[in-house]
Amino acid sequence: MREEIGKIQVQVRRGGPDDGRLVDYEVPLLASQTVLDVVTWIQRNLEPALSYRFACRVGMCGSCAMTVNGRPRWTCRSHVTDVMKDGRIRIEPLRNLPVIKDLACDLSGFFDKWQRAEGAFVPTQTRKDSLAPIAPQEPARQAASAGIECINCAVCYAACDAVEQNPEYLGPAALNRAWTLVNDARDGGNRARLQAVTGPGGCQSCHSQQGCTSHCPNALNPTRSIAGLKQAAARAWLRGEL
Amino acid sequence: MIRPHRSQPLWYAFILHRLSGIGLALFLPLHFYLLGLALGDSADFDAALQWTEQPLVKAAEFGLVFLLSVHLFGGLRLLVLEFFAWTAAQKTLAAAAAGLSFFVACGFLLRAI
Amino acid sequence: MLDFRLYLAQRISAMILAPLVLLHLGVMIYAVQGGLSAEEILGRTRDSLWWGSVYGLFVLAVAVHAAIGLRVIVAEWFGPGKRSLDLLMWLVMLGLLTLGGRAVYAVTLA
Repeated sequence: MREEIGKIQVQVRRGGPDDGRLVDYEVPLLASQTVLDVVTWIQRNLEPALSYRFACRVGMCGSCAMTVNGRPRWTCRSHVTDVMKDGRIRIEPLRNLPVIKDLACDLSGFFDKWQRAEGAFVPTQTRKDSLAPIAPQEPARQAASAGIECINCAVCYAACDAVEQNPEYLGPAALNRAWTLVNDARDGGNRARLQAVTGPGGCQSCHSQQGCTSHCPNALNPTRSIAGLKQAAARAWLRGEL
Repeated sequence: MIRPHRSQPLWYAFILHRLSGIGLALFLPLHFYLLGLALGDSADFDAALQWTEQPLVKAAEFGLVFLLSVHLFGGLRLLVLEFFAWTAAQKTLAAAAAGLSFFVACGFLLRAI
Repeated sequence: MLDFRLYLAQRISAMILAPLVLLHLGVMIYAVQGGLSAEEILGRTRDSLWWGSVYGLFVLAVAVHAAIGLRVIVAEWFGPGKRSLDLLMWLVMLGLLTLGGRAVYAVTLA
């Protein structure tokens, strides 16, 4: 057991979709403690009924994102000492998503938008064909690589004002995914994809505020991906393909 | 309005672009109306131009020149990132747009007074 | 809320406006010295095909740009329905075209 080096005053949003309230807890401050550790400590020691979501605890699975002191973060890799203000932490569910209970959000709308943005790979070859030769230094491969390490944590989605103001908007994560596929030489779905990402709530709703980019825990740049989609879509429009 | 997730320079660039756009859109009808006075008696038009010589109006014009300039340079930053090429220095470019616009507006004011 | 074609119209009008605004800023800073007079302004613009076309294009582009811009802002901040947004956009566009067209006519042709 690590040594207790102080106390943290924690506020946690509790309750169902419509009766949210902040509840105060006092939690021991430990060295190298993450916000997820704090939530888990509360659940194990003070509030067994506390609902929250996590799986891997090492920044791979993207399930533990919450709003910490007003900012969306991956809680498993956010250190308490980095985010604590005057010994206090406020932990709430992600913004822009319906709350199920306490800190757990319903992410189905978020993932539905990945489908709506044509975020699924459309193969052009069969298993009988040989592997597609793609040089690592090709610009399209590099553009795809730049966006591909998304862990689907919805931090960008929660940080986005365009999503808040226009619930139809596909959001940074789904559009970033679409952009990686636009740059995938093996994919055959781009015409439908560019139509999808310029439909209602498409890439044109992005105002390049870059809240997504400044909050992405994996340091991706969804704004840049969306700008790429805007440009690709404008070219498609000139070709009469939209 | 300024919540924690918005406290980053490019959100300020966004809100400056939006508010300057609103300001310019509201000013345009007045601008067009004053120019339209040239249709009638040129004395009316001259009187309107004389009215703009007041210090308070000059200060307002300084503000308008700043709004126009910052909407132009901020808008150019957006056009370039959307249709030309992404540059990593977005925050620097946004700050440069605001700084340059301040100089443009000062240049206007110094010539106007 | 914002159709992709409206988005493109917004950006294309912005590309047209950029050099015109730059020119406008330059002329303002040049002309404001020593105060403005009707004689000075009209002496520059009257019967000038160049200034007539420049300001004509300026008014056209700004009417499109401002109308779509205000549509987006009103949609995001006040959330009215699509029909109200369409109405607002067309009213702003036609209003600016009328007033702006009248202003250009006043300083160049009349």
